[in-house]
Amino acid sequence: MENKNLLEIKDLKVSFFTSAGEVKAVDGISYSLEKGRVMGIVGESGSGKSVEAYSIMGLLQSPGKVVGGSIIFDGKDVLAMGEKEKQTMRGSEISMIFQNPMTCLNPVYTIGNQLVEAVLCHEKIPRKEAERRAKEMLELVGINNVEKRMTQYPHEFSGGMRQRVMIAMGLICNPKLLIADEPTTALDVTIQAQILELMKQLQQKINMSIIFITHNLGVVAEICDWVSVMYAGHIIESGSVNDIFYNPKHPYTHGLLRSMPRVDAESHERLIPIEGTPVDMLDPPEGCPFGPRCEHCMKICLREAPPNIRVEGGHTAACWLLARDCGKEGGRNE
Amino acid sequence: MVKYILKRILMAAVTVLLIACITFGLMNMVPGGPFLSEKAPSQAVLDALNEKYGLDQPVIVQLKNYLIHAAQGDFGVSFKMQKNRPVTTIISELFPISAKVGAIALVFAVLIGVPIGCIEAYFRGKAVDNALTVISTIGIAIPTFVVATMLLILFGVVWKVLPTVGLTTWQSYLMPCFSLGLYPMCYVARLTRSSMLDAIGQDYIKTARAKGLPTNRIIFKHALRNSLIPVITYLGPLTAYILTGGFVVEKVFSIGGLGRYFIQSLLNRDYPLIMGTTIFLAIIIVTMNLIVDILYKVVDPRINLTKGVD
Repeated sequence: MENKNLLEIKDLKVSFFTSAGEVKAVDGISYSLEKGRVMGIVGESGSGKSVEAYSIMGLLQSPGKVVGGSIIFDGKDVLAMGEKEKQTMRGSEISMIFQNPMTCLNPVYTIGNQLVEAVLCHEKIPRKEAERRAKEMLELVGINNVEKRMTQYPHEFSGGMRQRVMIAMGLICNPKLLIADEPTTALDVTIQAQILELMKQLQQKINMSIIFITHNLGVVAEICDWVSVMYAGHIIESGSVNDIFYNPKHPYTHGLLRSMPRVDAESHERLIPIEGTPVDMLDPPEGCPFGPRCEHCMKICLREAPPNIRVEGGHTAACWLLARDCGKEGGRNE
Repeated sequence: MVKYILKRILMAAVTVLLIACITFGLMNMVPGGPFLSEKAPSQAVLDALNEKYGLDQPVIVQLKNYLIHAAQGDFGVSFKMQKNRPVTTIISELFPISAKVGAIALVFAVLIGVPIGCIEAYFRGKAVDNALTVISTIGIAIPTFVVATMLLILFGVVWKVLPTVGLTTWQSYLMPCFSLGLYPMCYVARLTRSSMLDAIGQDYIKTARAKGLPTNRIIFKHALRNSLIPVITYLGPLTAYILTGGFVVEKVFSIGGLGRYFIQSLLNRDYPLIMGTTIFLAIIIVTMNLIVDILYKVVDPRINLTKGVD
């Protein structure tokens, strides 16, 4: 079981030390990702999704700091690595693509230059060979007229095309894990669908794992096997796509699903928002972070943080409501 | 591109012409004249001199004559500073001296200033950055004449390690070039630092880091090229001024360059020399501006010279 997991995160804690105080952006999350699986991390802005991804890459920048826990990637402890080792790992074993393709490519270098550079900094191969690889990659992500495209600059590409280039750049060294940080958020819907389709295809083709960070539940349903829902630095529910969509246990997940527009809804039906405002991370509430906004809030929720409770299979949720139901059966699984 | 450059050269010619006319007008509006001094010559002598140099005619006629001659390459002769020598000869003789010192100072300013700016940006907020920022701020704050004089006293008089006068050996270039280049160097460092910080915060730097590139490549390849525009903008006019010579530095180190003529021709009312040096500087500045605009395009492919940034 151990060696099947590509990535294992245990009790990861990341804090930002600002002048106003410590912000616990990620507060003790644990999960593991098997090889070849696609995991979605869902949550609203500021819930710690991206911060968590940056710490896996070792890209966290001051004032952010990992303050506890462990990240084991492919048997290696990422947090114990030196900067040189992390550089070697980035791009070749773990790649990352970002939210805004419009600004993620360097405007003053050609696409070819930037792709070739990604290969050459990890592999000692002749430049010609690297160029051939870059062209292959561009073709693979569905870019036509590759010869000419290689010599063009990012501003000569559309947003969707640039995201394809970003994907090509991310995959050019055959990484084992791709972290996609809201890769479709900045694109319009038809392009979104194309990019998702492309990622799904490539994922199956080269059998890599993907961590897909998004706030779009539709995207999650499309591409992910497994979903973790984050709220205020905690994973509050995690399970297979079916578990999360058809059998959500945490009131926050419920809320997210209800606030999503549905195709089969009556036209006069209104979306139901989650009341209240996101947690003030400088001064998080006692107990369950979602407590103050939760319609089922109980006394204990405001006093003590709920444990992770196993629902069935791998499906877990951190909510006291479940403790009431299954506590007797000893379903606690902290 | 060729069409663009031709258009710019035409515009530059118009600019220089306008500058010539304005300078000519202003010069003649100032009371007094080239031949008046404390011991005024007699009226008869004055009249004779004025007639000889054509100063007895109305200003507008003088301007017309000057422009016609200038168009034929004749910029007149110096009235006083190098009596009766053609202005073109004076400039072509003195400019190379100033340009040599200026070019060395400029290279020094860029080659040291830009890397210092990069280092400051990379170590932002750390001790290295603070120390370099203090030094470069001091470099900007101290006037050139203080730097030049202090160097002269320390290295030339107290320690006697460097020659104090003229430009004979390579050692004699050290102090003038350093004093001339110190301010631009510090200014370039500060400019590079701020635009570099801006570039480092951009998303493509995040991408470069995620690719696994080493830090020096991220800074010197990805961030530097994106932060060069403000530096180039500053370097254009600076090059023009520094090549034509610094008045203070040339005075302190007794270098017979062009620099002092810009000011002394004014004080002496040496009309043809005022016009000559002004037009010369104007030509160099418009040329530098054109080069700067072309360099923008070289550094940043998004810039479209004929339409602006897209």
